[in-house]
Amino acid sequence: MFKSKASKITGILLLSASMLLSACGKSDKETSGTAAKNALEQIKEKDKIVVGVKYDTRLFGLKNPSSGEVEGFDIDISKELAKDILGDEKKIEFKEVTSKTRIPMLNNGDIDMIVATMTISEERKKEVDFSDVYFQAGQSLLVKKGSPIKGLEDLKKGTKVLAVKGSTSAVNIREKAPETTVLEFENYTEAFTALKSGQGDALTTDDSILYGMVDQDSNYELVGGTFTDEPYGIAVKKGNKELVDAINSALKKMKDSGKYDEIKNKWIKSN
Amino acid sequence: MIDFSILINNLDTYLEGFKNTIFASIIGLVGSFIIGVIVAVMRIAPIKPLNWIGTVYVEFIRNIPLLIIAFFFYVGLPAVGVTLSGFVAGTIALSIYTASFIAEAIRAGIQSVPKGQMEAARSSGLTYVQAMRTIILPQAIKIVIPPIGNQFINLVKNSSILGIIAGLDLMYFGDIVSSHTFVTFDVYIFVALFYLVLTIPLSLGVGYLEKRLARNH
Repeated sequence: MFKSKASKITGILLLSASMLLSACGKSDKETSGTAAKNALEQIKEKDKIVVGVKYDTRLFGLKNPSSGEVEGFDIDISKELAKDILGDEKKIEFKEVTSKTRIPMLNNGDIDMIVATMTISEERKKEVDFSDVYFQAGQSLLVKKGSPIKGLEDLKKGTKVLAVKGSTSAVNIREKAPETTVLEFENYTEAFTALKSGQGDALTTDDSILYGMVDQDSNYELVGGTFTDEPYGIAVKKGNKELVDAINSALKKMKDSGKYDEIKNKWIKSN
Repeated sequence: MIDFSILINNLDTYLEGFKNTIFASIIGLVGSFIIGVIVAVMRIAPIKPLNWIGTVYVEFIRNIPLLIIAFFFYVGLPAVGVTLSGFVAGTIALSIYTASFIAEAIRAGIQSVPKGQMEAARSSGLTYVQAMRTIILPQAIKIVIPPIGNQFINLVKNSSILGIIAGLDLMYFGDIVSSHTFVTFDVYIFVALFYLVLTIPLSLGVGYLEKRLARNH
């Protein structure tokens, strides 16, 4: 995928093959030409950070239909990063990513960084570079109130657990409850819609995202506590130490000044 | 350039999806054809209320995106107590949707046989059904085969809609392989090849049938 010839063809064929990348029309010449240049310099040159965020995840990145703005924890953190790196929180552009599209979009050069509830994992570290942990989540289960499922041990053969394609939670749940049927959806909205219409018995992902669903519909609750550690990191294209350092220093300043806690308390009210 | 290890390492996953895509396509082909014939008959039968029902079906279903029909069966029907799996919901949606196009192809084919043929058959003493069966349909079928063949090919490709509603088809497992290997291009190339394995023979079959029918008459 990193070979320039392969990535050129990738750019052209992905469109027809999968409708995955809505914005892959970006010139490949430009991408391969600037890939050697350091990503931090590129950002400073164009005086704007393009951040891939979720548009469908309540509390983290959700598009507000009335204002048309994306709002959430990830958004506010990104704005603080822009403020620190470019001196103005408005020098930022958000692009929608899903768990499935975020790494290809980053590698294609459509976005400069991913701030999208993304868990740091060894496997992903082979594909991208991560910043320090900026949020600590854990995988849990969401069920309808009164469900017989009280925790992981109730996920038996024939139980249907809903997850999102490309998320670590889908992989984890297969390991922790190998007997159960896992159905994977495009995004959290679709997975939650499927849960609400009885297409599954439980929905699994990070507690942080599940709290957002409870916030939306109080007929659902989290059960069984968390059974994994999901440290969220900000991802940049592989081999961009300067940008990672800049992000880490911005994160540290945010934590020291109390701005981080302010943002966190604004969005995440549970525990 | 294409990494065949993706295919080899995930062959079981691909084949599981391929199998379900074949099932969905076969059920869809049979289902859409049956529904399509019924709707076409309703549209051309000399009974006004049936015409209306047939027209409403075609104009309504044909002009709604397949994705919405699939969502209706998957997440809409449970509201009235009917819960269908992604595979079943998707296959029903596929059949109903394709049937509207097939009905149109059949109607157009039958109506393209000159009116005088029916009038001559009726005046020589045949009933409407007899005239239809022995005079009109054998002529119409030649005209109808190519467009129906196109719809069947579309149906196989459209079955990828199952991937969105956890229908466990080729597209669904393609997405999963892609998300676990972080490879997009190569994964979907193999998905495309599996679809071609189904659609190219179908395409050739339709072409052959077309030629044979042309010879017989």
